[in-house]
Amino acid sequence: MDVSTAKDPILMRARIECRVWEVLQRVPDPEIPVLSIADLGIVRYARLDDEGVVQVGLSPTYSGCPATAVIRESVIAALRKAGFERLSVQDVLSPAWTSDWITAEGRRKLREYGIAPPAESVSSVREIWRPAPAVECPRCGSHDTEKISEFGSTPCKAHYRCTRCLEPFDYFKCH
Amino acid sequence: MSAATQTAAPAAQSRFLYVLRLADASLILAQRLGELVGHGPALEEDLGLANVGLDLLGQARLLLTYAGEIEGKGRDEDALAFLREHRDFLNPILVEQPNGDFGQTLVRQFLIDAWQLELYERLTQSTDARLAEVAAKAVKETRYHLRYSSSWVVRLGDGTQESHDRVQQALDQLWPYTRELFDADEIDNEMIRAGIAPDFSAVRQGWDATVNAVLAEATLQRPADKPYLWYGKRGDHSEHLGRLLAEMQYMQRTYPGASW
Repeated sequence: MDVSTAKDPILMRARIECRVWEVLQRVPDPEIPVLSIADLGIVRYARLDDEGVVQVGLSPTYSGCPATAVIRESVIAALRKAGFERLSVQDVLSPAWTSDWITAEGRRKLREYGIAPPAESVSSVREIWRPAPAVECPRCGSHDTEKISEFGSTPCKAHYRCTRCLEPFDYFKCH
Repeated sequence: MSAATQTAAPAAQSRFLYVLRLADASLILAQRLGELVGHGPALEEDLGLANVGLDLLGQARLLLTYAGEIEGKGRDEDALAFLREHRDFLNPILVEQPNGDFGQTLVRQFLIDAWQLELYERLTQSTDARLAEVAAKAVKETRYHLRYSSSWVVRLGDGTQESHDRVQQALDQLWPYTRELFDADEIDNEMIRAGIAPDFSAVRQGWDATVNAVLAEATLQRPADKPYLWYGKRGDHSEHLGRLLAEMQYMQRTYPGASW
């Protein structure tokens, strides 16, 4: 993977970086395995530096999310398996991850899996006591839902209930 | 944080202590909330308090790691969390107070959330880039914590006579401990001059606004300020911290260096 001696170094680098992205797109989130870490929007960059080292930047979703360490290990394992030996994985705190970075594909997968995706874009304004947005039930599509708990099974989720089909469900918080 | 105020480069030792104060506030509160796992008054609140604790622990880990790097003596987050004596912990006394009843847990949480929100919002502008990064991450979590704790303070304060009285009692009891959050000592002042820490009076103003608004809606009386001398951030603690640490540090003290 020596880019400098390649006939067309720019093209060569682009190809390698594309392959890295392809690998990352298949690394599942350990807590929501239908989502890949790329769907979740936590891969900040994936590039080949001048020394031929693959550099991957990951943003943690929540400061204390226990999945962060697992994701890091999964990324290293997946890239090794794909033949990338020289790797460096960095935590990128800033800019802070936001649920706005979940891709359209990621939102679709969440809904199909039974988790309501974030109901609105995260505004930068400081609003503590704004009314909660209407959350759509991932099972029947009704907006007649109510919050059971602000927190759920993982740091990124809250707990809701549909008052039409009566099913409880997880809601991915706006963050 | 004008250019003129940034000229005085603070000593690394002061910077270390300041970051440690921030870290310990989150760490000790996280440990307190962790005590409630499996013991919350309802499953939803059990989950809620555990999740808040988890966020705080995450913030503490980032800050402890950074503090260890500033100190430069090879202490990592674990060494700082598990191998310090209680006099070396620099958290405000408020966060080490026992959980008490649910009202007391939530009042303590609310007073701290409102403080951390003002603090972290301003720390995102800190001249210390690393602190600014941690704060940018933490401020979003803190906003959510405050929404949760303030809604409970309102619900309990404006609830039944019994819930009102108990929350008012918790507020009266915890109020004196809030003072040290806003009293800047020489270390804080050094950080403020360097543009690392925010102006404490601005933090206080923001905190006052939040607290007054929530207490009014909760029909609770804001207690009078009283003089108070003990400062946890200088290592003077209440009797509760020792017991908390005995539990938190038990494993590393019994089996030093144990890992899995």
